[in-house]
Amino acid sequence: MTHRGSRLLHVGSLSRVEGEGALRLHVHDGTVTEARLEIYEPPRFFEAFLRGRSHTEPPDITARVCGICPVAYQMSACAAIEDACGVTVDPVIGDLRRLLYCGEWIESQALHIYLLHAPDFLGRASAIELARTHRAEVERGLRLKKAGNSLMELLGGRAVHPVNVRLGGFHRVPTRDELRPVAEELKRALDDAWDTVRWVAGFEFPDARVEADLLALAEPDTYAIESGTPTVLRADGTTDTFPVRDFTERVAETHVPHSTALHSRLDGRLHLTGSLARFAISGARLSPVAVQASVAAGLGDPRDGAVCRNPFRSILVRAVETVYAVAEALRIIETYTPPARPYTEVPPVAALGHGATEAPRGVLYHRYELDADGIVTSALLVPPTAQNQGAIEDDLRRLAQRAIGEGDPDDSELTALCERAIRNHDPCISCSTHFLDLTVVRT
Amino acid sequence: MAPTLAVFKLASCDGCQLTLLDCEDELLALTGVVEIAHFLEATSAVAPGPYDLSLVEGSVTTAEDAERIRAIRAASRHLVTIGACATAGGIQALRNFADVDEYRRVVYAHPEYVETLATSTPVSAHVDVDFELRGCPIDRRQLIEVITAFLAGRKPDIPDHSVCFECKRRGTVCVTVAHGTPCLGPVTHAGCGALCPAYHRGCFGCFGPSGSVNLPALIPLLRRDGLDEDDVERFLHTFNAAAFEKFEKELET
Repeated sequence: MTHRGSRLLHVGSLSRVEGEGALRLHVHDGTVTEARLEIYEPPRFFEAFLRGRSHTEPPDITARVCGICPVAYQMSACAAIEDACGVTVDPVIGDLRRLLYCGEWIESQALHIYLLHAPDFLGRASAIELARTHRAEVERGLRLKKAGNSLMELLGGRAVHPVNVRLGGFHRVPTRDELRPVAEELKRALDDAWDTVRWVAGFEFPDARVEADLLALAEPDTYAIESGTPTVLRADGTTDTFPVRDFTERVAETHVPHSTALHSRLDGRLHLTGSLARFAISGARLSPVAVQASVAAGLGDPRDGAVCRNPFRSILVRAVETVYAVAEALRIIETYTPPARPYTEVPPVAALGHGATEAPRGVLYHRYELDADGIVTSALLVPPTAQNQGAIEDDLRRLAQRAIGEGDPDDSELTALCERAIRNHDPCISCSTHFLDLTVVRT
Repeated sequence: MAPTLAVFKLASCDGCQLTLLDCEDELLALTGVVEIAHFLEATSAVAPGPYDLSLVEGSVTTAEDAERIRAIRAASRHLVTIGACATAGGIQALRNFADVDEYRRVVYAHPEYVETLATSTPVSAHVDVDFELRGCPIDRRQLIEVITAFLAGRKPDIPDHSVCFECKRRGTVCVTVAHGTPCLGPVTHAGCGALCPAYHRGCFGCFGPSGSVNLPALIPLLRRDGLDEDDVERFLHTFNAAAFEKFEKELET
């Protein structure tokens, strides 16, 4: 019988974007005194080297922050620079951007559901191992992910760091005929997305609840993706909105020791952005098919105020968002007529511009300052992972405390629970939580 | 006993290792013939080395990673670097032309918390590398070719000619000749399938320098097509800045 009253768990490895960090959990006399995510992804200094670049370059350059959500970076960069230059794009260009973004949502959510998250519910180390017993399901996940990639490849040239996005629109826009084969693939993907909802609905979910404020973009009559007004749903049920230009006044970033990611707070409190926040804030504006998927997933009807605050159940919300994104892509393709011009000119203006879009993992904010020649004089990027870090730590602390209170988990059980808790929130951090380097200190 | 495959990450965006997961049609077939012994993005099961084939993404930007890459090399029978970060230092090699301490102060409120080297260097600057696969990001088909070649014990069939060859093969009208669009295709390593010109865009060099770079011939064309001196420098200073630098230096002499 070991006495587990006091111990220090150290899980080596979690960043600003996916990458490297560590988890540290300190338990003293049965109380969790510290739950910390230590981020040590090597710094890459994007905000520093963006200075001196032409205003046309940030969409391509910032894509390289994240290989999983490059379109999110391209879209937030375009939004911010077009805002600085006072340019509004043709609505058809807006639709095409949303279509490209749907491709990234499908690809990224399918990746997370099948390759990063589902193995936890089925007690496997990976989707590869899962394929030995659930081959049809894993093949379905890969097929669904591929449909998202096909859409990105057609519109963007490739799935990682697409080449076709530019300020004001695209270098080249597709013809209706070119979209036809991908529409066929998406019709099959809609079946796969529905089967995904039914599959994950059968998983077993531990009880848990995030108490943080939720932050997502909102649009009056659609589920916000490529644009929207920052909207807060507080833990007490009240809501609040603010303009994108006030983002850094409301979301303050602080730099904590041993971290190359900056921690942020919304009005001084913890907040969470991403699928759970979007579903809570914009769920009522999902399309009818996505509402049906939500009910089928067991999440209830968001039009009646259904909200999900259990991070273990975020896989259900991601599955619903995947159904939405596939159906939305089909809708846009159906009504598409090529615009007169693939892009609007964006002449430089000496100004400050702000942009925010919904990356698969949550609100991604960009701010650029330009001089009269269009040279970037300052740049600021606030990714969802940095915003979520505090809420993830809070979630970890609660889960660990409850586990200690309810049973007597040994170090490996507690570590596994903490890793799952992290993977619930963020695919980028989840890949790095696998660097397990456990240090236990008993006092 | 199946050969073992390991995937490692240094300073990077994860896009190149994601490219392996983007091989949807081949992924399960591949896992049938190799044992994935270490691939954090995909599996929490980690087996110790030695590994038959290690793929490394990312550049060396910290003292710790400089040590880690030596340990990875020691544990790997074959080591292949994937992507512009690992083969040329990546976009983060822009620090090589700047003052990294000033960079640190610009980005971080407490620069003293952040440890980093003054340069971002390719893996080959630290250890012997068996093959370098270019691209920001790498091309999926080329990745499959490289893995297949190493499993079969042969040399990968990855030509080092320029993007122009691929452009001709694709049947794309030359964007420079027809439209006066500045294009780095003539000096850039093939591998993407000449993507950008097919989208009416000039190549921006994300695969780095080809096997035969002739900047003195290209730069007057770029200038003719409207780029000033600063524009040319920015054009060459993106995802493979440190690799193009060598050729820019030749210009100065």
